[in-house]
Parts: sequence; C-alpha cells; structure tokens
Amino acid sequence: MSTSDKYIDAFVEAFELEDRKEAEVLEYQSIENWDSVGHMTLISELEDAFDISMETDDIVEFSSFLVGKEILKKYDIAV
Amino acid sequence: MNANDEKKQVIIRNIEYLLTSSPYAENDTAASDLFSDTISELFSYHLKSSELYRNIIQGLSGSQITTTPETLADLPFLPVNLFKELDLKSSPTDQIVKTMTSSGTSGQVSKIYLDKDTARYQGKVLNSIVSSFIGNKRIPLLVIDSEKTVKDRNYFSARTAAIQGFSLFGKKPAFALNDDFTLNEAVVRDFFEQYSSGPYFVFGFTALVYFNFLHILKERNLSFKSNQGTLIHGGGWKKLQDQAVSNEQFKAFTQDTTGIQKVHNYYGMVEQTGSIFFECEEGHLHCSKYSDVYIRRADFSLCEPGEAGLIQVLSLLPLSYPGFNLLTEDMGEITSMDNCPCGRSGKTFKVHGRAKRAAIRGCSDVQY
Ligand SMILES: [Zn+2]
Repeated sequence: MSTSDKYIDAFVEAFELEDRKEAEVLEYQSIENWDSVGHMTLISELEDAFDISMETDDIVEFSSFLVGKEILKKYDIAV
Repeated sequence: MNANDEKKQVIIRNIEYLLTSSPYAENDTAASDLFSDTISELFSYHLKSSELYRNIIQGLSGSQITTTPETLADLPFLPVNLFKELDLKSSPTDQIVKTMTSSGTSGQVSKIYLDKDTARYQGKVLNSIVSSFIGNKRIPLLVIDSEKTVKDRNYFSARTAAIQGFSLFGKKPAFALNDDFTLNEAVVRDFFEQYSSGPYFVFGFTALVYFNFLHILKERNLSFKSNQGTLIHGGGWKKLQDQAVSNEQFKAFTQDTTGIQKVHNYYGMVEQTGSIFFECEEGHLHCSKYSDVYIRRADFSLCEPGEAGLIQVLSLLPLSYPGFNLLTEDMGEITSMDNCPCGRSGKTFKVHGRAKRAAIRGCSDVQY
C-alpha cells in the first residue's frame, strides 16, 4: 500500500468516512467526528500505520489533512 | 473582517506569540505587558460580542464601563456561578463545536460553549504547560477513572475534558476503574508490570485517585515500588478536605502505595480549561503566562500575600464565552509574588478549599 493510501486510511478509520475523497478537505472540528476524542483516535491510527511515536507539540499542531502531511515529514514520512 | 473579528485575531496572535517560548516567563515584563493588553482586548471583545455580558457588566459597574483601567485588578469579574444560571456565549451558535458541562453541588450545570479557536488553544496551552514538566514525548498513561467517562461524546463533563486533554501525553491510556468505579486490579497490575521501569504517568481526579485507587490498593495490601512515574491530579480537594487530608499526606500516601515520588496537583476549572495552575516541585501552584490570580476579601478588596480570601482567576483563552475573569468559590492565598524557589517566575498560590456559603453570597447577588 502506498504511503498516501495509508495516510488516507487513517482518516477513514478514525472518522468512519464513507468516501475516501472526503479526507482531503478535513480540518479539526470541521466534522462531528473530528473532535478531541476523534483527534486522539486519528493520532493512534497514524502512529500504528507508520510505526512512529509523535511528539505532543506535533499532535496539537495537527489541525488538518494538509497540515498533517507537513508534520509527518518530520518523521521522514512523505505522503 | 469587522473590527471585532480583528480584535479576536489580535488576541489569537498574542497567544500564538506566547506559545513560542516557555509557559513561565523569566522576569519577562514584555510577557506580562502582553498579558495585560490581551486581557483588556478580551474585555472589550466580549463586551461587543455578547449583549448579555455587556448588560451584566453595565449592571456591575454603573453607567460607564472603563475598558482600560489602571490595573487589571480593577476590571470587573463575573462570579463563576453565573455560568450555571445563564447561557453566556460570544460566538454565533453555528460556530460552537462543543459544549462542556460541569455540575455543581446545587445540581445546576455550567455550560461552556467552545468554538474551534478556543478548543484549539486550550489544547496548545495545556500542552505547553504540562510538557514543560513531563516532556513532550508520549509515555504510558494510567487513567484513574472508568473508560465510560470519556466514551460519551455528547455529555462532555469537566472530567471528560480533563482526561481528554491529558491523554495527549499518554499512549493508549489504560483505565484503572471499572464502569462502577471499583478498582480493576488486573489492569493496574498489568500496567505496573509492563511500564514501571520506565517513565510513565498516572492521571485522575483528586478524589478518585485518593478514595478509589490509593485507598483500595492499601486495603487490598497491594503496593508497587516504582519511582519512575509521575502522578498528576486535579479537580478539587472538597472530599479530601472533609477528611482533613493535606497535600503532604496525599503525597506520602501515594509514595507508600505506588512508589511514585513526583506528584503534581493542578488547579483549574471547566470555565478556564487549558490554562491550568500547575503545582511545581516546591508544592506551589503557579500562574503561567496565560493566567493570573487575585485573592479578595469579602468586600472584594485585594488581600495581602499570605492573607486568605476568595480566589479570582484570569485566563487568556476564553474566546467564545466571557469566562476570562472570574471570581471562584474557593478560598486561597498568595504564597509568593515572583520568587518561588523552583526558579519559575510569576505568582504562586495555595488553595484552602471551598468557601463557606456566607462568604460568597454577596457575589452571587449580582443584578442583571
Ligand atoms: Zn515553584
């Protein structure tokens, strides 16, 4: 599976999305499921998928699908 | 963008700026000036954004409202109880993404309305404060609560908010209590077996930690010998106060039963989530760059350091509701103005516990 697919999968799993295309426009609190609870679920999904351990600063900065891509670069993951 | 939206952006820019350095300024007058300026901005922002708030303030201060008083202490404050009686919000309803609730002893419930920005900066500031004590790596977390407390998204209580906030620092949190709040011994044993040799942390509300965790460990003759952990607890001493348990006794009891030596209490409330007052290694609760406290006598004049009175709390974070300047129902005293032996600057204080009803009656009689 490509890195990009894995990245999208994490959003689909965490927020129970019906359509993968929805993921790309998502922002924190833009849908009901991406609340503070959903946020930690997403982080767990990403940590498992890429076998990384994120720092708390990056977790609070992770405010959208697009911002997340930038943050993952710090962990040598190019989405 | 209208003038008031611009005001909000200024407040956010100031918070962002403070976030670029340590949450405890080192004799940083620039940071404390920025704090004062931002509180004044918040005051005029909320006056413009909430008619109800404006009416209350007008009732409190007579006909003229001064948005730039000589000192911050002169700004009008709201009794925290008002959030139980009124729906106070400063953002349009369609921007509210979460409502936090906390029930008081009287059975009335505070409702705190959060918009996206407020929720976001609560998380960022909590991270800045707590990670300055325990680091920004996520470590194993044992939550002294039941998982059901965080499961229900629709009922977002003070405990839910706190556990959510702190689970940022813990990987795959383990929950020490069953749904009926009895101790889940297996989970606790597993946790200490797996993680007690490295850094880990334990989080919970003070009363639950004391009565449902430490006490039960002792009753069942269970003890762990692990000094690698940190215990963080908050939410009030009311129930422990009734049993005359002091902070020192609480710490000693924690060490006896779990081996944990690093214990931090924090003081915070659902009305000012994020900008919590964290207890340092010297046992003092610290104001950060995002918060301040004043202690007031029954006639609302300011107490001297060391003199007990009602605690007033200020926070830079409430944007979507006018909760930035509140008089609590708790008694406390200032313990130092700027010279805590731990090296962090800023005021420190001690909380004595809930005030007797009579002391706060005056404040709840606000006319609006
Ligand atoms: Zn200190």
